[in-house]
Amino acid sequence: MKLAATAVAFAYSPEQEVLRSVSLLLGSGQVMFILGANGTGKTTLLECLSGLRAILRGSVMLDSVEIHQLSPPIRARHIGLVPQLHEPVFEFTVEQAVLMGRAPHLGLFGRPGPADFRVVGEAIESVGIAHLSTRPYTKISGGERQLALIARGLAQGARCLLMDEPVAHLDPHHQHEVLSIVRRLADQGFSFAITSHLPNHALLYADWAMFLIDGMSELQGPPATTITEESLRIAYQMDFEIVEGQSGTRAVLPRMLNR
Amino acid sequence: MNQSRRYVNWLLLFIPVATFLFALFLGRYGIRVFDTVRVLLGLDGPTDVFRALILRVRLPRVLAAACVGANLAVVGASFQGLFRNPLVDSRILGVSSGAAFGAALALLLTSQGMLIQASAFAFAMVAIGLVMLVGMRFGSSTLVLVIGGILVGALFNSLLGLIKYVADPLSTLPAITYWLLGSLNATQWSDLPPLLSITGLGLSFFMLLRWRLNLLTVSDTEAMAMGIRVRLLRTILVSVGTLMVAASVALAGTIGWIGLVVPHVARAWVGPDHGRLIPASAALGATTLILLDTVARTVLPSEIPLGVLTGLIGVPAFFLLFLRFLRARGEAR
Repeated sequence: MKLAATAVAFAYSPEQEVLRSVSLLLGSGQVMFILGANGTGKTTLLECLSGLRAILRGSVMLDSVEIHQLSPPIRARHIGLVPQLHEPVFEFTVEQAVLMGRAPHLGLFGRPGPADFRVVGEAIESVGIAHLSTRPYTKISGGERQLALIARGLAQGARCLLMDEPVAHLDPHHQHEVLSIVRRLADQGFSFAITSHLPNHALLYADWAMFLIDGMSELQGPPATTITEESLRIAYQMDFEIVEGQSGTRAVLPRMLNR
Repeated sequence: MNQSRRYVNWLLLFIPVATFLFALFLGRYGIRVFDTVRVLLGLDGPTDVFRALILRVRLPRVLAAACVGANLAVVGASFQGLFRNPLVDSRILGVSSGAAFGAALALLLTSQGMLIQASAFAFAMVAIGLVMLVGMRFGSSTLVLVIGGILVGALFNSLLGLIKYVADPLSTLPAITYWLLGSLNATQWSDLPPLLSITGLGLSFFMLLRWRLNLLTVSDTEAMAMGIRVRLLRTILVSVGTLMVAASVALAGTIGWIGLVVPHVARAWVGPDHGRLIPASAALGATTLILLDTVARTVLPSEIPLGVLTGLIGVPAFFLLFLRFLRARGEAR
């Protein structure tokens, strides 16, 4: 399964186009990182890719179907959206929260049955939080909640998950845990488009990196060739240096002038 | 886990039914339980006076209390969910204010019970209509609906003030005041058809949609990404809920707190999953209002207004719940 955006443009108001022309291709088993400065429309792009917003120009195709021609439940069975973390209001258990992902498979008056519970159980298992099933979703850590949201996307049946800054607010250990699970799921054939402010994560976990600059998709390709001192300067308007660690991993550092 | 669940389900059925029967034989005229049961079963024995008292006076009133209580609690629970705000109740959208104005206007012009009920209902509909118009114009987000509701409520409260101001202070004004305090006094069978039918349809509707209500407690974006037509679903739920509140308020007056407190108690008992919260709220709402109404009609020689009782009991109950909530979060000692 692949998700392809071609020259997508979007505007909240006619005067200002948030997205001017975004093209990307997300194949199965791929982890794509979408980088870009604050306010360049990364979240909006994810919402357009998941079919939640009517785009101005261009097209978003799921395999050979224009995504806006799919009904919302059908779309939800293919594409999942994992929003930025927020504090939930009610104390649903992890299992109840993940069960919500079954909605596109149930009729208007439907309630989850044994088969749905089984799917949810497997989803929770596959992100490694089975021990938290009955815990209140409000009382688990941010990283665990992020994993629960991934499980919810899997319970939807989505093969393609769009994640909005999944590791913001997480400590390095949990950042690694969440992204390792993302990586493992990708190896099983799931695809991920992830917005991030951390080029290092793109270098570590991604197959593909893309910069969103002024509403345009620019400079995309494999992270090793895309994330360069030059592209980073264009994206963030400051100087960086790229260093190489002993194990061969590369990392981005801001260039400090007065040292 | 499963066994305790079944136990809770039976309890949820048993409590309101038992309360219902209990309320029928309680009253200013003592009727023995045995005779009450015989009247209900249609057996011979009790005098015609007892029969009339139970079937024509108490039964419609207790039935009305059950319906109104269930409606207010179910709508309160759902509105708290779909506005993602545990402090919301059925009055949030200005419906009760509209109904209060409608009733006061009718009381100013007539004294016919049916007309008062109809006018209260009609103006509740006008109120929600205005809120919906605002919502449609500005995109039906929960914020727009809540602010619209507060404004429409304020508008009708001012109009209500105007009516009180011009009402005859010796006859009409006390009638308006009494209506506003809420009461099921003088409920007759002839008052019930609108309430019974709307309650039946409304509760069935919420029961059918109860699991899906969970999806409205997450952000619009998330719910949409899970294939939910959020705005449509929310509009339909708000409309049906409003009908239930309007029918209840039109008959019983503006009864506060039930729609706020009962859902919290129900949530503390069965958890936030609407699959269980909705039936629990219905059962506890019906029970609570039957009990309060029984107190209202039996404890003092004259009726205690229901709105006063729900406040007197609701306020401390809510305060205790609130403290518990804060304690659980470590924000209070």
